[in-house]
Amino acid sequence: MAISLTEAAAGQIRAHLEKRGRGLGLRLGVKTTGCSGMAYVLEFADDLEEDDEVFEDKGVKVVISPKSLAYLDGTELDYGREGLNEGFRFTNPNEKARCGCGESFSI
Amino acid sequence: MALLQISEPGQAQLKRRACGIDLGTTHSLVAVLRDGQAATLPGPDGRHRLLSVVHYGDGPATVGWAAAQGAVEDPDNTFFSIKRSMGRGVGDVDDAHDLVEDSTSGVPRFHTAAGPKTAVEISADILGALRARAEEELGGELDGAVITVPAYFDEAQRQATKDAARLAGLPVLRLINEPTAASIAYGLDQEDDRGLIAVFDLGGGTFDISILHLSRGVFEVRATGGDTELGGDDLDRILLDWVKEECGTEEVDRVWTRTILQAVRQAREELSEQDSARIDCGDGKMLTLTREELERRSAPLLGRTLQCCRRALSDAGVEAGDIQEVVMVGGVTRMPYLRREVSKFFSREVHTGIDPDRVVALGAAIQADALVGNAQDQDMLLLDVIPLSLGIEIMGELVERVIERNTTIPAHHAQEFTTFKDGQTALAVHVVQGERELVSDCRSLARFELRGIPPMTAGAARIRVEFQVDADGLLTVEATETVSGVRAGVSVKPSYGLEESEIEQMLRDSVEHAEEDVASRALNEQRVEADRVVQALRDALETDGHILSDDAERSRIETAARALIQARDETDADAIRAGIKALEEACEPFVERRMNRSIQQAMQGRRLEEFQEQD
Repeated sequence: MAISLTEAAAGQIRAHLEKRGRGLGLRLGVKTTGCSGMAYVLEFADDLEEDDEVFEDKGVKVVISPKSLAYLDGTELDYGREGLNEGFRFTNPNEKARCGCGESFSI
Repeated sequence: MALLQISEPGQAQLKRRACGIDLGTTHSLVAVLRDGQAATLPGPDGRHRLLSVVHYGDGPATVGWAAAQGAVEDPDNTFFSIKRSMGRGVGDVDDAHDLVEDSTSGVPRFHTAAGPKTAVEISADILGALRARAEEELGGELDGAVITVPAYFDEAQRQATKDAARLAGLPVLRLINEPTAASIAYGLDQEDDRGLIAVFDLGGGTFDISILHLSRGVFEVRATGGDTELGGDDLDRILLDWVKEECGTEEVDRVWTRTILQAVRQAREELSEQDSARIDCGDGKMLTLTREELERRSAPLLGRTLQCCRRALSDAGVEAGDIQEVVMVGGVTRMPYLRREVSKFFSREVHTGIDPDRVVALGAAIQADALVGNAQDQDMLLLDVIPLSLGIEIMGELVERVIERNTTIPAHHAQEFTTFKDGQTALAVHVVQGERELVSDCRSLARFELRGIPPMTAGAARIRVEFQVDADGLLTVEATETVSGVRAGVSVKPSYGLEESEIEQMLRDSVEHAEEDVASRALNEQRVEADRVVQALRDALETDGHILSDDAERSRIETAARALIQARDETDADAIRAGIKALEEACEPFVERRMNRSIQQAMQGRRLEEFQEQD
């Protein structure tokens, strides 16, 4: 069971956390939504829930609930640029299909 | 995939679905925000711009390119430029269509194969097609929409637009002015203080110039001007005359004219990118149009736009040099010549970075996204202002202004009036819009009577008249007699318009029949498409049957065609769709051979697709 970060993603998260001035790390999750069923959630983590799993990669703590972990195990989080946009990108081996807008996926 | 940003805990909630709509005279567009970037949405045919044309036949209305194709055979049931009739009375709508002789409500109704239709209902069909695009893209029902209207639209035209949206099932957050939307697309509202903005909008059929003043996020329309009969179509007619001169052609038929108009339009558009373009005039004759020639020919017409600009500036009481930003909108503004001239006129660089056909829809989408509550860490709440003062008629046919122009909306003002005669029990309230002192110089919006005032001496009654303008610029007026405690409030309906009960009925109908409508629409669309494919195949086989490679190919095609015809007469839209696909696959080698042949023949007299849409 693991979640990994690329150098670019880890660097961005560290910079964001520093700018924000607080927070344990990053919380990853999934929620049901969109046209293909699920969407990723990416938030700052301020508190730990009882069952949360915590991974650490390249100096960044990644917090994730066991429910979400079932969908996200093996995911690599990257940071990159597409056209004019910059942002985080999930490479999730569990993912089967994605909707046209790219916001949701199914397993 | 979508790129994500890190959110604050608990805030990574589902985005609400919002879209922006540019409901245009000739074309309409819908845009949404994707990953923070506004983008327009294509229809099933891949085109982003939807022709603002509606056709009524046996089934549901068809909208867009398909509707325009029917215009030749069935002009009476085909509606172009319906925007020009929005909020208009019987006297001033276009006379190309028969009106239903029933003016009890004062709203013009056109005869159509699908029964009488108002401009509002016809516009609703256009909006419905755009709504479907947005909902498909966003994956569900919309939470909000912003629709753009010209800055010069009056109350009745705005109300009509809003009614059309309601009828189309769109939750309208707000109507915003087209030039305001274009300015938002360029992010001008995000700057601290941008001062005066000129929005130069030259489209296919109309020219609009708007002078806006922006201060602390509030856009105020200082002046509008333009020419409703000036656009790219007029440039094409000038070029048509040039082609006639060059070819020495005098007698021309409609087909030739249409073909040439199409060709010169394409040439004109090519000349925005290159120095010369070729025009095929038929009979093997090719002309070369240079950019200089185009500029020389169009200079007088384009000069008229600058005259309008001059007038608008003087109406706004400012000089060209006071303008801080110039935004270009509309396809014709791609012309380098026009950009240079406008830039010279205002002595500054003009904004041209965003596709001028889409910039209004993009701005509307950004605004819709913010209003629906998706925008984060910015409190952009864009305000519009009342363009003309609102008031009521007082004795002597004079106007008493209740809300001054340029008041930001929503606005609420009240003023007290009294009776003029002893024992007066009723008061006629006449609501007008305008800056002039005399009622006859202002626009009449509505009239109503406040009755049941107890008899009192003149001047003793206190009648409080309240004006309320909501966020869309729509007005409600109420009058109450306060001394006696008798409350006789009345709210004003715009003086054009559908009766509220009619709107309610139509809304109820559209809700009750929504599912059937969607299903029957899909089926009908597929049937029409199937008929088109089968007919095209028959024509092709008739003229070019001899180039089929062998009997096996013929029988393969015929089997697929028979299967499609059978599916077409049943009621399963998906089966018809599959049948069309199968037939198209069976025909592919034949179609390819045929295309190659027709390209070879093209030099001998070509048949252009008639007035093919450019996108």
